[in-house]
Amino acid sequence: MSPRWTLGRLTLLVIALALVALWVLPIAWAVATSLKPESETAKTPLEWIGSTLTLEAYRQVWKSGDLTQWLVNSAYTSVMTTALTVVLCAMAAYGFSRTEFRGRKALYGLVLAGIMVPPQVLIAPLFAEMVQLGLVDTYWGVILPQVAVPAMVFILVKFFDGVPRELEEAAFVDGAGRWRVFWTIVMPLSRPVLAAVAIFTFISTWNNFLWPFLVTTDPNGMTLPVGLVNVQSSYGLRYAQMMASVVIAGLPLLIVFALFQRQIVRGVAHTGLAGQ
Amino acid sequence: MSAIRSAAGEAAVSAPAGATVRTSAGPAVNTPAGASPGAAVRRHWSEHGLVFIAPFLLVYGLFLLWPLLSGIGMSLRSDNIAGTGGEFIGLDNYAEALQDAGVWSSLWNTVWFTVLSTVPLVVTGLVLALLAHHLSCVQWLWRLSWFAPFLLPSGVVGLLFLWVIYPSDFGFADQALASLGLHPGIGWLTDERYAMLSIVLTTVWWTVGFNFLLYLAALQAIPRHLYEAAALDGAGPRHRLRHITLPMLRTTTGVIVVLQILASLKIFDQVYIMTGGGPDDATRPILQYVYQAGFTGYRIGYASAVSYVFFALILIVSLVHLRLSRRTREENAR
Repeated sequence: MSPRWTLGRLTLLVIALALVALWVLPIAWAVATSLKPESETAKTPLEWIGSTLTLEAYRQVWKSGDLTQWLVNSAYTSVMTTALTVVLCAMAAYGFSRTEFRGRKALYGLVLAGIMVPPQVLIAPLFAEMVQLGLVDTYWGVILPQVAVPAMVFILVKFFDGVPRELEEAAFVDGAGRWRVFWTIVMPLSRPVLAAVAIFTFISTWNNFLWPFLVTTDPNGMTLPVGLVNVQSSYGLRYAQMMASVVIAGLPLLIVFALFQRQIVRGVAHTGLAGQ
Repeated sequence: MSAIRSAAGEAAVSAPAGATVRTSAGPAVNTPAGASPGAAVRRHWSEHGLVFIAPFLLVYGLFLLWPLLSGIGMSLRSDNIAGTGGEFIGLDNYAEALQDAGVWSSLWNTVWFTVLSTVPLVVTGLVLALLAHHLSCVQWLWRLSWFAPFLLPSGVVGLLFLWVIYPSDFGFADQALASLGLHPGIGWLTDERYAMLSIVLTTVWWTVGFNFLLYLAALQAIPRHLYEAAALDGAGPRHRLRHITLPMLRTTTGVIVVLQILASLKIFDQVYIMTGGGPDDATRPILQYVYQAGFTGYRIGYASAVSYVFFALILIVSLVHLRLSRRTREENAR
């Protein structure tokens, strides 16, 4: 399309910019509130900037220490979940795509059927299982139920099915074993699709609320979103501090997004559609 | 690693083994076992299959299949939250669920939220994608502002709207309306008439970026020559939108609508955080009812039974989707 600025295109641009403003305003308001002195946060009429700009709220929130603990918990559980998901699902997908054994089709069908089971349906029996396994309030209790994702196996099987087998077969002829072929040929070859799976998994685990909320009762073991919601009443009416912690909690993924925009957009679009 | 890769490449090109290999990968080829490189490769393909799958299956079995099955067992018992202390009571839990006004009202809230949210989420996603695609400049700005909220945890979104956007009078929403000359003093989350709509608004703001991205990808996949041909025929922009763009997006729209319905039915986070299901249970979704029955009411058996009622609803949507997508695939194949 020609990049000429006709009247029509200018109108579209104005509409788009108005919509951008609408989407940015809530976030901007959170940031503005977090930078005000606590006494001026609930003032009317609307004021974007208080009498002074201050980082006092951030200092208070950071000093309380909970936030750092939750950031660590979120980072640890998300990274572990992502790594395990990628490795387990890639191995399983390779097994389904590239090996022949009796009952393979039936097993694959069993895995695919799992796509239709939303994790939210399982919360009650899964929690009882966690109590029996002693995994309540542990990292593994948060991680393990999020690791075996049938949709990711499906995406990877479709990818492996499209990769010609010649390369691997030649390596077999050269005497390379199964494992070596998988780790040194197949995995590096699949980097783009693995990145897509990893990005999608990381975003959804970092943001997951329901399961970590159910399986952690000790504030020290909570992930960031859960911890915030859990202590919100203790903020009383300190809106600046509340918004400071909201900004801190929202920031990590936004920074990651700003850095890897292209990859993330591609990863989400690819995984989001192919999952169905 | 690279040595293996290049060696493998050479072998595939030069050695006749490549050819034998390909046939032997197909079904039922009578090469005497172990006699040719083809057979060796054939043996490789059938090696270790289960070893590759076993770790996944173990976790899948323990944390998906087992709870799915044990949940059925639990739903037939009167156990407490630890899954103990009850007795077998047959279908009593299900009978109770079907007569429980709380179950019906939260099911209705869930469906109502799905109805209210799906249309704006799909339409807004499409409009944003069309804008970004047609403007074909500063793509990073559109993506950043419209997709970024999707990357915020529900806790952040919920607390943001609960604490500084939706409060009456000094909240940002009321103040913005006031600066336009209106003086609403709306109980965004506290008034039964508005609470669900406010939740829908927040959800659209928060998650529309996902649909926006899917539509944007679909738009970029439409072959350019279609537009060029239409332009040669003198078709205006409106004509091109109606007769090329929208028809080409039909499949994507179908997928997005189904994904959106399934996502909306699972609503819990933002409601729990912003209204706690209130006012007066007017926004309580079915998942929150399950949570209350099992985790604050300690009736895990009953919570499981209600979960399966909810699961049935999800399954119906999924099966309709499967049936529809199979039909479109068959139509496309024809």
